[in-house]
This record gives sequence, C-alpha cells and structure tokens, in this order.
Amino acid sequence: MAEAEQVKVLRFWASPWSFRVELALKLKGVPHEKVEEDLANKSPLLLASNPIHKKIPVLLHNGKAIPESLIILEYIDETWTDNPILPKAPHERGMARFWSRFIDDKCVGACWMSCWTEGETQQMFMEQARACLRILDDELGGRRFFGGESIGLVDISASFFALWLGVLQEVAGISLINGDEFPNLCRWIEGFVASDVVTECLPPRDKLLAVFQSKKQAILATKSMVY
Amino acid sequence: MAEAVVLLDVWVSPFGQRCRIALAEKGVAYEYKEEDLSNKSPMLLQANPVHKKIPVLIHDGKPVCESLVIVQYIDEVWSDGAPILPADPYARAQARFWGDFVDKKIYECGTRLWKLKGEALQEAKKEFIEILKVLEAELGDRKYFGGDAFGYVDIALVPFFAWFYTYETCGGFSVEAEAPKLVAWGKRCMERESVSQTLYDPLKVYEFVGFLKKKYGVE
Repeated sequence: MAEAEQVKVLRFWASPWSFRVELALKLKGVPHEKVEEDLANKSPLLLASNPIHKKIPVLLHNGKAIPESLIILEYIDETWTDNPILPKAPHERGMARFWSRFIDDKCVGACWMSCWTEGETQQMFMEQARACLRILDDELGGRRFFGGESIGLVDISASFFALWLGVLQEVAGISLINGDEFPNLCRWIEGFVASDVVTECLPPRDKLLAVFQSKKQAILATKSMVY
Repeated sequence: MAEAVVLLDVWVSPFGQRCRIALAEKGVAYEYKEEDLSNKSPMLLQANPVHKKIPVLIHDGKPVCESLVIVQYIDEVWSDGAPILPADPYARAQARFWGDFVDKKIYECGTRLWKLKGEALQEAKKEFIEILKVLEAELGDRKYFGGDAFGYVDIALVPFFAWFYTYETCGGFSVEAEAPKLVAWGKRCMERESVSQTLYDPLKVYEFVGFLKKKYGVE
C-alpha cells in the first residue's frame, strides 16, 4: 500500500500559472495543500525548490520539486493517470504541446503588454494580441473545449483568457476579447468558467480586479508581470 | 517507408539539428528537405501556418512543429528505439525543465553576442557565461545530462556546441576556460555518429554568422 502522498503547491492566489496547477490536481481528484507565497518576500522553501527561476508555481510531491506550470501539468498527468489531460495519440499530444507553448510564448505576453503600454506601442501589441486570439479562435472552431469533450492541457493553459484577460482589459480600459471578433473563444470562456471544478479553483473576480487596480501604477512603470 | 517521414529544415539550424539527431538515434529513415527562408515553400507555409518556421516534421502527412515538441513526438512514436526521455515522471520533468532552460536562454543570449557591440555586448557576455556555468553545474561529473544515457537535454543543447566558437570569438572569451566540463561533454557527444554526422564544423557556422552580420549591417 502506498504511503500517504504529500502534495503541496507553492502558489500565489492571483496567479493564472498556479491556477493551472491547482485545476489539474482538482480535475484528477488529488488532495493537495496550497502554500501561499508572498512574492515580495519569497520563502526559503520556494528559493530552494526553484533556485534557477525563483518563481511560483512549484509542485512539491513527496519532497520532489517540479517548477514551470506546463512541465508540472505533464508531471501531474503522468503521475496521476485518471482523467487524462493530454490525449493518447502522439500527433494529438504534439498538437496539444504546440498550442500550450503558443499561448505561453506569444499570446499571453502580447495581451499583457497591450494593457500596459500606450500610443503606437500599444496599437502594435493590440494587433499582435488580436492576431493570436484569432488563431486560437480558429483552432478551437466549434468544439466545446480545445481538449474536445473535456478540459485538456490546452484549455488549462488558456485559462488566462477565461478570467485574467477580462480583468486586465477592464483595468487598462481597452477591449481585446469580444464576442463579435472571437465568438468561439467567448463561447469557450462561458463553458469553461461554468464548470464546477473550474469555479472552485478560480480566484474571485472582484478581488483580482482590486489587486490589479491597486498595482496599476507599479505595473505601468515596470511592465513586469509581478507574479 | 522513408517518404512517410519528411523533415523541413535549414542546414545550420540548431533547432532542426535536434530533430535530425533524434531521428538518427532512433534509426528512422526520412526525407530531408532544405528550405530557403527567403522563399518559403508552400509545403512549409501549409505545415506551419502559425509560425512559418522550421523545423517541421511531417509524418504520414501530419505536421509536428517546434523542435522540442518534435523530439518528444519522435520518442513517443518510435518507442522501441533507445528512449530519449527517461521513464520516471520526475526525471522527465527535470529533463523538460533543462530543455526549456536551453530553449529560453542559449539562442537569444548567443545571438546578442554576435549582433551587439559595446556595453550591450559586455552584458550579453556576462549573461552567457553565467548560463554556461549553470549548465555545467547541472551536468556535474555525469557523462551526459541524461546520466549514462544520451538523452533529451543532450539533444536540446548539443547543436549549440558547434556555435561555441562563434559565441566566444564574437564575445571575447573562451568557453573552455569558463566551462571546461561542458566542452568535454560536447566532445563526448561528438563521438556519437548521430551528432558528428549532424553538426557542422564550427568554422562553417562562424562563416555563416559572418554572412548574417553583413546582412544585418553589424560590424
């Protein structure tokens, strides 16, 4: 019989990256402890667990530290094999990995920078962000989720768009994601946030809005993601 | 069956070389198609419409893009060859972490070494040496990043071994002086046919970068 598992997530309540990890664990029914980090004063445990990047999230499984949200998601899928989040067939797995990286490498950054720049620079980022959202909207098509009938790796990776983007564009006073230009994505957002498991994990929208409003000046100065 | 596997690539690309090494390690026969990046083929534009970049692996008509995604795909499809990623999930996570580290750090910082001058170059040099030292610390005294077996992280990093000469010459430092274990590792990897048959002579890479420098007006 397996000894009691110790699963901890070093996290920050407002971070979409640690949300990904918690959602995956919840989808798989893995009991875990959430360890809240103060990002202005990172714990010795965090610094020891992720010495290279010093960032959350970090998954601690029986003392083993796994950093980087997409890497954690694959680890979770390989360790707790019920309710798989990656498809079985190699080509589909390759596509899921491709789209998750596209979201991380291109989409989120363009959306973030759109919110915190102005003038011509902002226009440039907004065009980039819209181009990314269009590509994602086309890729999703009429499917319920990127993973098909159930939430998968790409849906979990895309959770930034389900809540955080809406909050950020409100704080910044711009409009990026809208039902006219991106009907599939908006439909996906509705379905995603309506899922019980997702609702249980999402941070409260009003709290998120308040924290980004309060950090607005600091973010405008540095453009850094803060988390 | 060779026609069932096609690799769209460019000869000098370290990212394409990762795929070539992985295919060679697994003994997979494939058709290599050299792309002209100033005149991308319809096949490339159709296979990678999002990024329009090489490498792309096309297997039975289905494209796979992004070099490390391709390497994992190769490992999963040709699973009876020697494994590229280890079996244990934690070891796999560590391998992916370091592959990701190489992806994020080496090429970008290395490019600054040949593109920039003055203070910006000095900054890039400092960063690059730091990256080398971090990688060397991770390697430790092991034969390969994968331990006794040549694996994912080795494949992710080794194409850049042929770029060390370019980086150190442009940056004004010695990779061997800063990270001798890493150089020894590179030489061990070069003893493998998959690597020695894939990597180009460092002088050829330097010559290619010279051509790029002219193209971008760097001097």
